[in-house]
Amino acid sequence: MTESRYIKAIAQALDEEMARDETVYIIGEDVGASGGAFGGTRGLLDKYGPLRVRDTPISEAAIMGLALGSAVKGLRPVVEIMFADFLPMCMDQIVNQIAKTRYMFGGQFHAPMVIRSPGGGGLNAGPQHSQSLEAWFAHVPGLKVVVPSTPYDAKGLLKSAIRDDDPVLFLENKALYAMKGDVPDGDYVLPIGKADIKRPGNDVTIVSLSRMVHQALAAAKILAERGIEAEVIDLRTVSPLDKETIFASVEKTSRLVVAHEAVKTAGIGAEISALVSEEMIDCLDGPVVRVGAPFAPVPFSLESDYLPGPADVVAAVEKVLAY
Amino acid sequence: MASKALLQEIYYSMLKVRRVEERLLDVFAEGAIPGFIHVSIGQEAVASGVCACLTPRDTIFTTHRGHGHTVAKGIDLKPFMAEIYGRADGSCGGRSGSMHVASKEAGVAGANGIVGAGMPISLGTAFASMFRGDDDVTVCFFGDGATNEGTFHESLNLAALWNLPVVFVCENNGWAQFTAQSTYMKIKQISDRAASYGMPGITVDGTDVLAVHKEADRAVKRARAGKGPTLLECNTQRWFGHYAGDPQKYRAEGEVEKAREIDPIARLETHLLAKKQANQAFFDATDERIRAEIDAAIAFAEGSPKADPSDILMDVYA
Ligand SMILES: Cc1ncc(C[n+]2csc(CCOP(=O)(O)OP(=O)(O)O)c2C)c(N)n1
Repeated sequence: MTESRYIKAIAQALDEEMARDETVYIIGEDVGASGGAFGGTRGLLDKYGPLRVRDTPISEAAIMGLALGSAVKGLRPVVEIMFADFLPMCMDQIVNQIAKTRYMFGGQFHAPMVIRSPGGGGLNAGPQHSQSLEAWFAHVPGLKVVVPSTPYDAKGLLKSAIRDDDPVLFLENKALYAMKGDVPDGDYVLPIGKADIKRPGNDVTIVSLSRMVHQALAAAKILAERGIEAEVIDLRTVSPLDKETIFASVEKTSRLVVAHEAVKTAGIGAEISALVSEEMIDCLDGPVVRVGAPFAPVPFSLESDYLPGPADVVAAVEKVLAY
Repeated sequence: MASKALLQEIYYSMLKVRRVEERLLDVFAEGAIPGFIHVSIGQEAVASGVCACLTPRDTIFTTHRGHGHTVAKGIDLKPFMAEIYGRADGSCGGRSGSMHVASKEAGVAGANGIVGAGMPISLGTAFASMFRGDDDVTVCFFGDGATNEGTFHESLNLAALWNLPVVFVCENNGWAQFTAQSTYMKIKQISDRAASYGMPGITVDGTDVLAVHKEADRAVKRARAGKGPTLLECNTQRWFGHYAGDPQKYRAEGEVEKAREIDPIARLETHLLAKKQANQAFFDATDERIRAEIDAAIAFAEGSPKADPSDILMDVYA
């Protein structure tokens, strides 16, 4: 175990996977000599050379399509898109091409590739550099969508994503890049599609993801002082969703809050709320309450007012408990 | 100069493309094929001239108007036809239909329903060849309309920059759906754009299969030798509508008739006869052979079951 930053854990995962499998390569803007806009690929060009660490022009659609074509031919690209807000520049490649490759061609071709891209607010980066877009991609069959919240999770999940035979969108969080946590030095993987209980509790379930997990944990601490024990579930993966873990927790607590940083409207919270109401309404002692950002772009100057925090999660729990 | 054997092979390929699509129009009109189809009748010299330069290991990407390229690349007609019929024995299990036919075996990495989307992907198969150090080549076919997509710009720049073993074949039939080239583009010659990316740009008469083959051969050899991409524009004619059943009201009177006067297959026949490289008996025998192959493919497709509804979730994920 070494204490490591989230971004460093990602760089470690990339390094280990490139050493393990010579078909793994990295492609993106500024990923080479400069080591990535946030340092995720630092040192890799020197170690693995320019054939496996590919700096590109600012051409997201070409990058994404190139990665797909190479994956079809047996390589395992890890694409870096500098900000998740830029994913729309290559939306066709992701949604119409990459996600459908296995299905549309009857299993003849597949696309074992990873798209790394950071989302989220907290850095005053403004409306076009702060979004949380996981729900868009969870809506697309064929993609897996991973949303790690800690350095440990980031490394283990990224290694799994690289070994996965399906395309994985790996949504990092810029505001977590500097976060420190214990990370094993050697090889380990965490399963994609499996949620993680970050804090056990019996009174209420709080399902969360990415940076919002930490807001949920902070809320749980406040609630504990009031004698309310919240169970905090970190989804780790939003597609496929780990229904089992969510349902098992709700069966125990009978109360559910879903908290995410993305706008509340049509977010992952809506999906989870619908699933629970469809399949286990009898278990619920109150409505499923969602916490999310207001239905507005992320405002530069009002970001801290805009982003949901622990107080919003506490208020949501109070609302459920009031029933 | 192409050998007699090669020219005869190209003739077979062109006539096969023609007969397959004529037959598709027939069965489509009878209602045997779901959805819609786009045929390339009149444009066969491009598909056959280019694919004659490729090996089975080489990869092609094509478009909504892709039957010709796929047949010329050598797909087995049975799974090809079954796919267009939407049957379980189709090359994609009935998942793709006419607009997305693919065949790993034949090196067809897919037709595409999104205009301009094949170009970025073609960079990737080409890059994989560079990465592995093999000498496979990728060819990406697209229409004149596709050259105004941003993907054209992104892809040609990157291909040139990295010297990728890819050939971009622009099949210029003068029309993008219902819109004429002159109404959506200031320039006449699309290959002129190649210079701005630092790659050769060549325009050929796309109804002259000898000319297409000669330039394609040069471009493919160049790519195979690691010397980088080429933009090859083949000027050709679309005899039929954008889609089967399109009445083409937007085309000037007499335009279609005039286009049909230039038949790339008849041109090749004239050449073969003049050079004494084939005779009428060869043409007739080739036609008969092709018709038998198509009959067998149609029978195979008709005899194949519809895809199984219980497989609807299969292959969404591994
Ligand atoms: C991105 C996108 N835009 C528009 C369409 C609708 N569409 C399908 S084919 C076509 C015309 C394409 O023209 P061209 O590239 O010249 O090919 P051709 O049909 O002549 O073979 C259009 C507009 C589409 N399928 N995809």
